[in-house]
Amino acid sequence: MTAAIVSLDHVNKWYGPHHVLQDVSLEIGKGEVVVICGPSGSGKSTLIRTINALEPIRDGKLLLNGVDVHGKGTDLNKLRQSVGFVFQQFNLFPHMSVLDNVTFAPIRIQKRPRAEAEALARELLAKVGLAEKADSFPGFLSGGQQQRVAIARALALQPPVILFDEPTSALDPEMVGEVLQVMKSLARDGMTMVCVTHEMGFAREVGDRIVFMDQGRIVVDTTPELFFDAPDHPRIKRFLSDVKGEH
Amino acid sequence: MDFLLPADQMALLLGGVRTTVLLFAIAWVIAFALAIALVVIRATDYRPCRWFVDAFVAYHRNVPLLVQVMFWYFGMPELLPETIRFWLYDHNAEFCFAVIALALGSAAYQAEDIRSGLRAIPATQFEAARALGCSYLETMRYIVVPQALRISLPPLVGRALLLFKNTSIAMAIGVAELTYRTREIENLTFKTFQIFGIATVLYLIGTFSLMALGSWIERRTTPGRKEHRNA
Amino acid sequence: MLEIIQDYWLTFLIGQYPNGPLGGLAMTLIVAVLSILMSFPIAIGLAVARSSTWRWLRLASACVVNFVRGIPLLMLIFWCYFVIPIMTGYAVSGFWTLVCALTIYEASYLSEVIRAGIASIPKGQTEAARSLGGSYMLTVRSVVLPQALFNVLPGITSQFISTIKETSLGYVIAVNELTFAANQINNQLLTQPLQVFTILAVIYFLLCFLLSRGLSAIETSIRRKRGLL
Repeated sequence: MTAAIVSLDHVNKWYGPHHVLQDVSLEIGKGEVVVICGPSGSGKSTLIRTINALEPIRDGKLLLNGVDVHGKGTDLNKLRQSVGFVFQQFNLFPHMSVLDNVTFAPIRIQKRPRAEAEALARELLAKVGLAEKADSFPGFLSGGQQQRVAIARALALQPPVILFDEPTSALDPEMVGEVLQVMKSLARDGMTMVCVTHEMGFAREVGDRIVFMDQGRIVVDTTPELFFDAPDHPRIKRFLSDVKGEH
Repeated sequence: MDFLLPADQMALLLGGVRTTVLLFAIAWVIAFALAIALVVIRATDYRPCRWFVDAFVAYHRNVPLLVQVMFWYFGMPELLPETIRFWLYDHNAEFCFAVIALALGSAAYQAEDIRSGLRAIPATQFEAARALGCSYLETMRYIVVPQALRISLPPLVGRALLLFKNTSIAMAIGVAELTYRTREIENLTFKTFQIFGIATVLYLIGTFSLMALGSWIERRTTPGRKEHRNA
Repeated sequence: MLEIIQDYWLTFLIGQYPNGPLGGLAMTLIVAVLSILMSFPIAIGLAVARSSTWRWLRLASACVVNFVRGIPLLMLIFWCYFVIPIMTGYAVSGFWTLVCALTIYEASYLSEVIRAGIASIPKGQTEAARSLGGSYMLTVRSVVLPQALFNVLPGITSQFISTIKETSLGYVIAVNELTFAANQINNQLLTQPLQVFTILAVIYFLLCFLLSRGLSAIETSIRRKRGLL
């Protein structure tokens, strides 16, 4: 494995009395696609939100590109520019056009020239198949389209790694495919990705590793082949049958 | 209280407080009753009724209260029969007209608050009650009105506060309420800060008491308040 | 009534101007627009302070707002009338007294409206801006406030209408505005108060009614453009 882009070392987190992340250690290398799954309440969303410091941690060490994310002197705004984040609820800015959503960070945060930012944004929108929607407002787009714009927005900072927090869970079933398609093409381009998702087809097809969490702990960290074909843990078996039951 | 104001001036000021409280209390009772009447009239299917209520509300929302007060005090007596007019002038006409103007203005706003509270109740609540066999009146009495009142309560408390503060406008036509008396004593004594300070504190006592009353009622009428407190 | 309008329409509109001071409807509008423009930044400051994570800042803002909302506007006008000259050492005109009082009063009410707007913005919006590396100030300025202010446009409109109506209290400290002009006309005519005050009410009504309709039409068209309807 090459040098880790993301590395968690004995990370612990509590919500009040609840120990939501218990001694979590994880290394993610460049170009890897890591799928994090597990029953609801297992701490997977919390885990991914600690990676760009949307959630604070109690102790342990979390490095992103070698920078201590939860360190005292860390410039979070600078750090977050080097990691994309895609939310379950898209969280597009409804008062801005699609193009302005994508150019927001390059222009307002990185202070890049508008022309350059817009050219990049149009390129990214084409990549997610929404070139013609550049001047629409998010309110006119379907959920699937909004999530694709959100991915383009996260890519606009050209981050070396991108985090997905249940990107398809808020979508109607018929729109899940289009978002997964975009994610798969990203994976094929060699993007480093960490995905919290219940989409086991996606996990099997493009995942390099599956991390299974339960009750705040990483239970298994393995390859998709081993995870799906020879699940050796009763909780994984139950989880897989539950997920199948959903569809 | 002698160290604040001489007794005679204090008496004058407290008389003003009494008038302010009376203006507020009488106007509020009339306004609330009228507001409910307006909501009921507005709910009928008869179009002229709805137009009348809408026009009433629009007038009172878009014309300054001071102008409404002046309109009643200076303009209205022309339309009244002489006997009534003279009777009014003998019986504190300023006070009566101020109450009328304050009550009508507040009624228009309160009617709007109650109506939006009613509209916030989903039709399914009504249907659910009817499906259980409640009559129209039972449905309103047990299901719709209690929920609507709870939603309307915060804005209604806000309206009451505004009404209380707006009683000060009655000074413009010579009603001897708190602000009027404050000015009067200030003119006599030139103890500007002292007298305005006292009046301000008195008004704050009034508004904060109303706020406290409002949140007390709100707490009393919120279902599941015990669970909330324990959570 | 038509005669009064014929004889006095100019007085209703601009007071004694150009032979005397500007007054009437023109003065009402100047006071209202000036007050709302001045109160807006203060209101935003108070609202942001009240939504901040610093306790003492929230508390200070809450105290100011509740104090001002707890007293009648007339009281505030009198306070400004007496206090500003003592504090500044200058005699201040009724015009500026009224503008100051209205600015303070409206800033408090407006800040409550804006605070509700800020509270209505989902947490995901700030998280999205922060996850892109935006600073707190940038997030407030370009993501939270634009949406919050837009969401509470109806409330802002109604505060503006309130301000127009409240300028009438300038009458009490002899500011030469619309209500003052009407009273002057009434004093000249002596016998037709009903007509004069009807005209006065109609002017206010048309102004406020048309303005609120116009502003809400603009809001609806923006909403439609953004796909929010």
